[in-house]
Amino acid sequence: MTVALVLVSHSALVARGTAELAAQMAPDVRLLPAGGLPVGDGEEIGTSLDRVLDAVTEGLADGDVVVLTDLGSAVLTAETALEMLDDDDARRVRTPSAPFVEGAVAAAVAAQQGGDVDAVANAAEAAGRPADGGAPGSPLGAPAPAPTGDDAGGHAAEAPGHPAGGDTPGDVVRATAVLRNPLGLHARPAALLARHVAATGVPVRVQGVDGASVLGLMALGAVGGDELTIEASGPGAAEVVAGVVELVEGGFGEA
Amino acid sequence: MGLDVGWAQEWVRRTARVVAEHRAELSELDRAIGDGDHGENLNRGFTAVVAKLDALDPPPAQVGDVLKLVATTLMSTVGGAAGPLYGTAYLRAAKVTGLDELDAAAVVAMVEAGLEGIVARGKAVPGEKTMVDAWTPAANAAQAAAADGADPAGVLDAAARAAEEGAVATDPLVATKGRASYLGERSAGHRDPGAASSALVLRAAAEAASGTGTGAS
Repeated sequence: MTVALVLVSHSALVARGTAELAAQMAPDVRLLPAGGLPVGDGEEIGTSLDRVLDAVTEGLADGDVVVLTDLGSAVLTAETALEMLDDDDARRVRTPSAPFVEGAVAAAVAAQQGGDVDAVANAAEAAGRPADGGAPGSPLGAPAPAPTGDDAGGHAAEAPGHPAGGDTPGDVVRATAVLRNPLGLHARPAALLARHVAATGVPVRVQGVDGASVLGLMALGAVGGDELTIEASGPGAAEVVAGVVELVEGGFGEA
Repeated sequence: MGLDVGWAQEWVRRTARVVAEHRAELSELDRAIGDGDHGENLNRGFTAVVAKLDALDPPPAQVGDVLKLVATTLMSTVGGAAGPLYGTAYLRAAKVTGLDELDAAAVVAMVEAGLEGIVARGKAVPGEKTMVDAWTPAANAAQAAAADGADPAGVLDAAARAAEEGAVATDPLVATKGRASYLGERSAGHRDPGAASSALVLRAAAEAASGTGTGAS
């Protein structure tokens, strides 16, 4: 079941621009801008119930929908639209409370990674909270100042939440890699790295933040020439760390 | 005598005239503590309502038919918070006015339904400097007037007066809802535009019922 994003902004430009931004990091996700208010032949600042309804309906045709809104009255319009859906459809829609652009990016990445509608909505809301280095659903939670092995539920075949008691602290695989591309961990490379890490299913820390969190990686503000410390533990750690090093040193296609 | 679909149509047309006449003033209020477009938005909405009303074929039979048309048109054409808020108010009002004629009790129910719609949609409580600060006293006054034996026109007059007083009472309030809440303390000393327009809407209802006033003030 895919999740589409409907982006409700008072500005058609903001909605479309945000869709473009998010698409960079989530090329396979349906992003449906629904901004601005059609007036006569043109468009004005405002939100359009009809536009929102059309976008939500389009999203619902192929899966579930997460609706992101910018300012308060966009929420009112979105909620009015939802009330016009039948109950079964309404159940497949979420309207998380999130900052518009950051929430759209986080949600798009979560959708790209195959998250269900609740995971995608949670990702949007987490974008509005202070970065704690942990993406929602990540087994890592808050970063530790020094690496430890006891929060790794790391076996890819096991569900997250594997009890920490059995893990030994000595399992940490650590490596460093220097960013070669001038802009470092900006949006696109951060997304590539996060998707790579998420796909392995192995919890990885990059400079202490969750390697599967796009926003966490971007928040590092790491630029070309910076050295990143990469750590993982448990089964598959060595291979994953090597893979991350390769990505970083490969310059993400920008060096 | 009860208020019928003819009254409802007259209410809508008066509202459109009044909103057009006051649009600059409403936008000015909105410029002080909002995004400056309340007057234009409502004017666009009610202009569209009148056009749709004129084009309705067959013509509306019940009061609720007219109110529902207002609701859906405003929802689709008014781009700010006012669209969903007024739209839901009129929609809820339409649900309780599927009648050929409204007596005093039905008028009270209509005003109360309008308030419920605004509260359900916007989740404001009295004192936050919003439309609720006009509609709440209006609903209370309507109920009191009906209990005192007023006729439908009297009920609406009481509601309108309470809404007007309620709008003025928003002047000193600090907004904790809507775009004005971004201004914090600086929102005090300005009338809330949604409360001001609500007073105009309810006064138009009263004048349509009593056949007095010119739709201008």
